[in-house]
Amino acid sequence: MFFYIAKRVLLFIPTLLGITLITFLLMQALPGDPVQGMAGERANPETLARIRAELGADRPLPLQYLGYLKLLVQGELGRSYYTNRKVSDDLLQKFPNTLKLAVTAILFASLGGILLGTLSAVKRGTVWDKVASVISVGGISIPVFWLGLTLMLIFALYLRWLPPSGMGNGAFAYLILPAMTLGAYSLAYISRITRSSMIDSLSQPYIATARAKGLSQTTVIAKHALKNSLIPIVTIIGLDLGSYLNGAVLTETIFGWDGIGRYALDGILKRDYPVIMGVVLFGAVVFVAMNLLVDITYRYLDPRVRVPGTE
Amino acid sequence: MTDNPILRDIRSNKLVLAAAVVLALLLATAVMGPLFVPYDPLAMDLDSLRQPPSSSHLLGTDSKGRDILSRIVHGARVSLAVGIAASLFSLCIGTFAGLMAGYFGGKVDLVLSQVFDIFLAFPSLLLAIGISAVMPPGLASAMLAITIVSWAGFARLVRGLTLSLKEQTYVEASAAIGASTGRILFRHILPNALPLLLVAGSLRVGGFILLEASLSFLGLGVQPPTPTWGSMISLNRMYINSAPWMVIFPGLAISITVISFNILGDFLRDKLDPRFQG
Repeated sequence: MFFYIAKRVLLFIPTLLGITLITFLLMQALPGDPVQGMAGERANPETLARIRAELGADRPLPLQYLGYLKLLVQGELGRSYYTNRKVSDDLLQKFPNTLKLAVTAILFASLGGILLGTLSAVKRGTVWDKVASVISVGGISIPVFWLGLTLMLIFALYLRWLPPSGMGNGAFAYLILPAMTLGAYSLAYISRITRSSMIDSLSQPYIATARAKGLSQTTVIAKHALKNSLIPIVTIIGLDLGSYLNGAVLTETIFGWDGIGRYALDGILKRDYPVIMGVVLFGAVVFVAMNLLVDITYRYLDPRVRVPGTE
Repeated sequence: MTDNPILRDIRSNKLVLAAAVVLALLLATAVMGPLFVPYDPLAMDLDSLRQPPSSSHLLGTDSKGRDILSRIVHGARVSLAVGIAASLFSLCIGTFAGLMAGYFGGKVDLVLSQVFDIFLAFPSLLLAIGISAVMPPGLASAMLAITIVSWAGFARLVRGLTLSLKEQTYVEASAAIGASTGRILFRHILPNALPLLLVAGSLRVGGFILLEASLSFLGLGVQPPTPTWGSMISLNRMYINSAPWMVIFPGLAISITVISFNILGDFLRDKLDPRFQG
């Protein structure tokens, strides 16, 4: 176990380096002066000079990359061109909002997906199964941003059941539509996996035994079949966490949710490159770290599990 | 043609048949539609701003008085071009890299696999945003961004396939009679991996179209005034309450297209390769 964790953490380092190399190269490809890019247009000359010295903008690229790494280690992601605030401060301030939205969406997607998938496996071949398969194809095909706008139109603007946008000082009602929008893709995905995993479990001999003992349908499904189908489902939930970061950019934009996704859009609209690259780098690091955590947790929970890619 | 079992199966499955028909119509629309649409998609008509659907404008007009149907038909070109081109490009690059990693193994594999993992470590839309933000906006930047974020997925698949195919007897046999590495790779391994690759590629087209739509919704990729489905939604979303058709119809176009690609991709996967689960 210890060696497994050590190996995974060691493998984490080249991946992190690779990620920073890619964002570094993207910064190099920026139109304009990269130092100005890091510091922001309103930076004072001292800051400019300091960053230029740290980066060594006239040195060869590999040395510049080392300088960039050094800044990153110090938590320096550059400053916004427009507000002149540190991108790292903004990200840390806004990330909890994204996290809150994502956690709600994950709960919605997991519960909804498992219910829907179980329903369609148990009622295989019936109308229920058809409805569930329509929802699961729709969920992975309908664009997140359009789904969000449509939900907003129906539930907020026509029916007036829920607020259309904003964060409402943390009131739960404001969380419902964004979380449904953000979770829809995963819900569809989880429901597919649940269905095939449940169909597999339901054909096992222990299910026949449980039924022969005279257990009720509910007990057989919930306690015997579902419990034994959970491993692939939980794996999928864990490995799919990156999709929430993708979806957050679109969902937060639509619902005016003040997280890192909307922050990224503001950056895109103003061509505020330090902001854009900051979000890209931050998102990738969060994603990789979550995957690492998920891998190790599985290994701990179930030593038989071999997460794909770790051999 | 009628003997082809796949075509026969498509005809017997109504849902898949519908998806195939939709995609055929869509392709025809993208190629020839712009010749037949009633209006110039860029022509503003200040006398008919935000008109609801009517007999003169079947899907209504947008906030600048442009005909939405004509714009959706033109937008199909961008969506399909980016979706299909990005699939082909990333499939080619991914196949080549995956063949190299799987066949040569050792250090080549170690380095290449690490590179695949790095590209797969980014949430796809975020990396696509980063790439298209630093490039001059346009069709090429959308295609390139989507290709760069997706080739590694194919590469990992091809690497796995190559690892198992190179152990096959016919590969050993052709190596034994002195076939060159290039011949083994491209005449023996590649053709056997091809059906699976085509399935993998067709499964991803829908996702790439979504990615393109997301990029253009965010203001990246193809720029206005050229109509794209994603930008039609983002440019009109402030009018969603008073003129919802301006947002609903482009979104339906994306949804129907991607659903059709996904249904067809799932079907091909089930038919051609039962091993390919999930």
